[in-house]
Amino acid sequence: MTTTVAPAPATAPDLIPGAWPPAAPEFVPGAPPPATLWADTWRGIAKENPVLVQMLGMCPTMAVTNVLANGIAMGVATTFVLVGSGLFVSLLRKYIAHEVRITSYILIIATFVTLADLLLAASFPEISKALGPFIPLIVANCLLLGRAEAFAAKVGPVRAVADGMGMGLGFTLSLAAMSAVRELLGRGSLLGFDILGPRWEPWVFMVLPAGGFFTLGLLLITAAWIDELRRKRRMVVAK
Amino acid sequence: MSNLAWIFVSTLLVNNFTLVMFLGLCSFFGVTAKIETAWRLGLANTFVLIITAVSAWILNTYVLTHTPYLRTIAFIVVIASAVQIVEMGVKKYLPVLFRQLGIYLPLITTNCAILGLALFQTSRHYTFIEGLVFALGAGFGLTLALSLLASIRERMEVADVPVIARRMGLVLVAASCLSLAFMGFAGMGSQ
Repeated sequence: MTTTVAPAPATAPDLIPGAWPPAAPEFVPGAPPPATLWADTWRGIAKENPVLVQMLGMCPTMAVTNVLANGIAMGVATTFVLVGSGLFVSLLRKYIAHEVRITSYILIIATFVTLADLLLAASFPEISKALGPFIPLIVANCLLLGRAEAFAAKVGPVRAVADGMGMGLGFTLSLAAMSAVRELLGRGSLLGFDILGPRWEPWVFMVLPAGGFFTLGLLLITAAWIDELRRKRRMVVAK
Repeated sequence: MSNLAWIFVSTLLVNNFTLVMFLGLCSFFGVTAKIETAWRLGLANTFVLIITAVSAWILNTYVLTHTPYLRTIAFIVVIASAVQIVEMGVKKYLPVLFRQLGIYLPLITTNCAILGLALFQTSRHYTFIEGLVFALGAGFGLTLALSLLASIRERMEVADVPVIARRMGLVLVAASCLSLAFMGFAGMGSQ
């Protein structure tokens, strides 16, 4: 019976644990490049907006945005889970074995989702009732696992929290924009206040599931149209 | 209509998981570029759904009777293990499909349709057989929606559409039309 001897880990002579001055920060493969906290936050709001650019977390985006209040509540709950799970994934990143990382992240996320669910049920029972199973379903939002794996597991806790805040805000803003359009056209009101008056004939289509797909489709086409206009203008200027 | 048949038809058409309840949208938009991949992922999902329905029933009946607040965590652990099993099976026996599905196979874990099934099954107090039929209807409904959108997208590939609508925008509008068509089933069973 032969046993393979593992090669001794190659340690550089100048990297002695506990030595002063401390060695350069360890290299993490695939880590995001260093950036200011502001840039970490702003990234989620604009350039990598979860809904409009990354197309992540589509299920709550469609399902709860028929009324503005629900959209905002869902955004805030998701932000809470993003920040909390980002913080804990980042704090525990050196203790989680690589093979079981996905399961560990899911467990951390599920803990925060349970917290958010119970908090919401205790403080805003009617919103909690309206959102129903979609609060526990935040666990299955790909955005959370995506940020844990791509960002929080590779940076320090402060940056992870900033990123969670940014992604959460970007998510909340997109949800608010979508639900504002749908509630205004579908019910003629915003946050329950009558805006368009009694003579407005509500577009029932907008409150139906089909309206969710349609509104997001129109939002994406509008965003692409603005992009296209800016690109054309740049080309004219370049000439 | 008998109760079981009604649960099946209701989850398959009237309350289609993807088009009416908005569950499992990531794979709905992610893997529907080709119809073969679409319906195969639908069947993989159906398999995981059935495993989940059985395990959720066991958890609800024997384990979580006094600790309902642990439901989310317990369900997601069971789902993650079930997906792991399916992934290993597909990798061993259908390597071509494994490559086609790519990241979307492990992502079944974060497919809300699976967790949604477990949660709806709990809130509606389904018995074991009812849960099984519910999972079957949901799985076939998912497969149906994925194949329908995939066949529309295959046609759209060759159509001449404006540049700004070429990416996801038009796909979403097509999904909206599909969803509207499924609203036509809404009156069923309400005699």
